[in-house]
Amino acid sequence: MKRGFTILAVLTALLLSFSLYAALVLAPTEQTMGNVQRIFYYHVPSAWVAFQLFLINFVASVIYMIRRSTKADIVALVTAEVGVVFCTVVLITGPIWARPVWGIWWTWDLRLTLTLVLWLIYVSYLVLRRFSSSSQTPLLAAVLAIFGALDVPLVYFSIWFFRTQHPAPVIGGGGSLDPRMGWVLVSNWIAFMALAWLICWTRYQLEVAQRAVHEAEAMQSLMEGAR
Amino acid sequence: MNANHYLYAAYIMTWAIHGTYLYNLARKAKRVRREIEKLKKPAIARSAPEQKS
Amino acid sequence: MNFLTVTRATLAKDIRLEWRSKDAINAMLFFSLLVVVIFSFAFDPTAEESRRIAGGLVWVAFLFAAIVALNQTWARELRNQVLDAYRVSPAPAIPLFLAKAVGNFIFVAALEALMTPLFIAFYRLRPLGPGWQLIPIAILGTWALVVNGTFFAAMSLRTRAREIMLPLLLFPLSIPALLGMVNSTTAILTGETSPAFWIALLVAYDVVFTTACLLLFETVLEAE
Repeated sequence: MKRGFTILAVLTALLLSFSLYAALVLAPTEQTMGNVQRIFYYHVPSAWVAFQLFLINFVASVIYMIRRSTKADIVALVTAEVGVVFCTVVLITGPIWARPVWGIWWTWDLRLTLTLVLWLIYVSYLVLRRFSSSSQTPLLAAVLAIFGALDVPLVYFSIWFFRTQHPAPVIGGGGSLDPRMGWVLVSNWIAFMALAWLICWTRYQLEVAQRAVHEAEAMQSLMEGAR
Repeated sequence: MNANHYLYAAYIMTWAIHGTYLYNLARKAKRVRREIEKLKKPAIARSAPEQKS
Repeated sequence: MNFLTVTRATLAKDIRLEWRSKDAINAMLFFSLLVVVIFSFAFDPTAEESRRIAGGLVWVAFLFAAIVALNQTWARELRNQVLDAYRVSPAPAIPLFLAKAVGNFIFVAALEALMTPLFIAFYRLRPLGPGWQLIPIAILGTWALVVNGTFFAAMSLRTRAREIMLPLLLFPLSIPALLGMVNSTTAILTGETSPAFWIALLVAYDVVFTTACLLLFETVLEAE
């Protein structure tokens, strides 16, 4: 297990370094936007990874509802946290891109708005987990995750229609992708997926350890009280 | 602001965000490790001597 | 016992109890009035622009009023350990949820009915589109807020900072419904576009979340 982790860590470092080099040096410079367009290679893969993590959270939540498996609950917690981190990256890099290109900090672009709503839903998920003192917190959180998943298509369609009525600049450009840029995008995506996996693995172990410690502490005060 | 500055800002912010989260994880891990050490010590050393009934 | 009978009985009891404690109702009515007045001071209602923003203003005001009403949904049950009794009894939880949700709906609708003439007066509103369509929009929109609000109020019962937890959970998930309510209302007030898509969205939202709440309420109740 420890060895697998080390291998993944080294692999991740290599992938990230190479992808960074590819994004900043190897990728061709875009015609209209210039070098600022390279933000794309961090912005878009982070969004994809965030959505993947939220999808895993949804699956884990459903599994928890059916099987009440602790492992599923921890996976749900971990993917929600790391997903919010990647989502924050998307929401920060998006405006940093929009500002020099469009002169505005924000636009109700479909992808960016959807990301914002997902971020809000999952932050509320994390707040529920933090503030809930019930022993059934995992179950409540799972229910919330399912509600979130039901909401996503509704959010998508509502923003999509809103955008057709109120056209706005599109972050990331709407046009087709130059294949010379495509591979750089995918490379960064793989690198960030590896990073996400590494962070989730770490967080998972930490959560397992924390829960074990709490249980042990509870056990101990029980035994000491009985003495 | 030169357009390239935005590029650097975006990349730096990305790593700042990841770094902040990882730093918080590290602090949490240290706390858990401390609690594990505390649990390992025998009960007598950990708390004041109990009243014998 | 018949499902509908139980729902109706619970609802009737709730209404009776609420009616007896008129203080709370009056306080909330006054709060709704205050919200309308504050908004009128904050957003200067000159006639032409007001039609464009009124949809948003009205629904945000309704949202605040709804939160105040929703926060006390389960207060009485909590005080009297009624929920524990429900958990132990074999009675299905759905009639309880429906009664609460419908009760909240009636109450919030009453608040809206109070606030609407005030908004019309202050903003000199006159719908340029088909005004009758505002009724189904109000019903669908209010139900969207109330059904999820009642559910999340139950979920928040054992959390710290219960009162802030409800809007924290409700607002993000209500965004599509809010877009639907606001844009359909604006479409009718300005008469510029068709509210059809937004009404369809509200219907879809209501169907999806009413089903989800009915299916999952028992789980949440057991969990408290």
